[in-house]
Amino acid sequence: MKSILTLVITILSLSMAPAAEPKVGAALPALSGLLPGASLPKTSGKVVLVDFWASWCAPCKASFSAMARLQQKYASKGLVIIGIGVDDEAEAYQSFVSKNKAAFTLAHDTQHNAAAFFNPPTMPSSYLVDRKGVIRHIHKGFKVGKTEAEYTAEIEALLAE
Amino acid sequence: MKRILLSTAAVTVMMLSSCSQQLVRVKPYERGHLANPLMDAGRDPLLLAMTQHAYFSREAAFGGGGVGGGGCGCN
Repeated sequence: MKSILTLVITILSLSMAPAAEPKVGAALPALSGLLPGASLPKTSGKVVLVDFWASWCAPCKASFSAMARLQQKYASKGLVIIGIGVDDEAEAYQSFVSKNKAAFTLAHDTQHNAAAFFNPPTMPSSYLVDRKGVIRHIHKGFKVGKTEAEYTAEIEALLAE
Repeated sequence: MKRILLSTAAVTVMMLSSCSQQLVRVKPYERGHLANPLMDAGRDPLLLAMTQHAYFSREAAFGGGGVGGGGCGCN
């Protein structure tokens, strides 16, 4: 009887255990492993902004112009932006990419490997990583003006470290 | 008897645990189809107006489509 109870409790606790998604203070995992086939830039020693977006998400579209400005301003100082598209349909992804020309790196997470690992709480979600590869800030959603100002302040602080 | 009940409970929990939130819930990054405008119940303004009229007419006593109803149902 005791063993049955133990089994029940174990199964319950396992089924309720939250997924080990990256949190602030955690190390950024190797993206090349999560995005096989994608050509990703070198991130060692750089401040990295990993952004999850989708073609069907309106705030993601708004965030692209903000990220383009950040890329233009801070790329030479050591900022790398990686936009990970999570569209199910390759056509929708390609159409969005061709309409919103991005100066930063884009990758298509076709199998949702990266999305499943990061488990972004909303669309878009972004992870700002310092030069040591530690996730320092997580942004949920994108608010025009507000989020860009936060990005700017945080990126400048991380670049100065 | 007690053992049978406990075993049944254990099996039920095992089966239910596979229906846990993580497996059933649609993740934010999986909502592409839900975000499709075709999924909007009110995408046809004419159909929406007709449905709302029928609802308001039938549910006037309840308040219809948000306005406090007097109960006459005469709209």
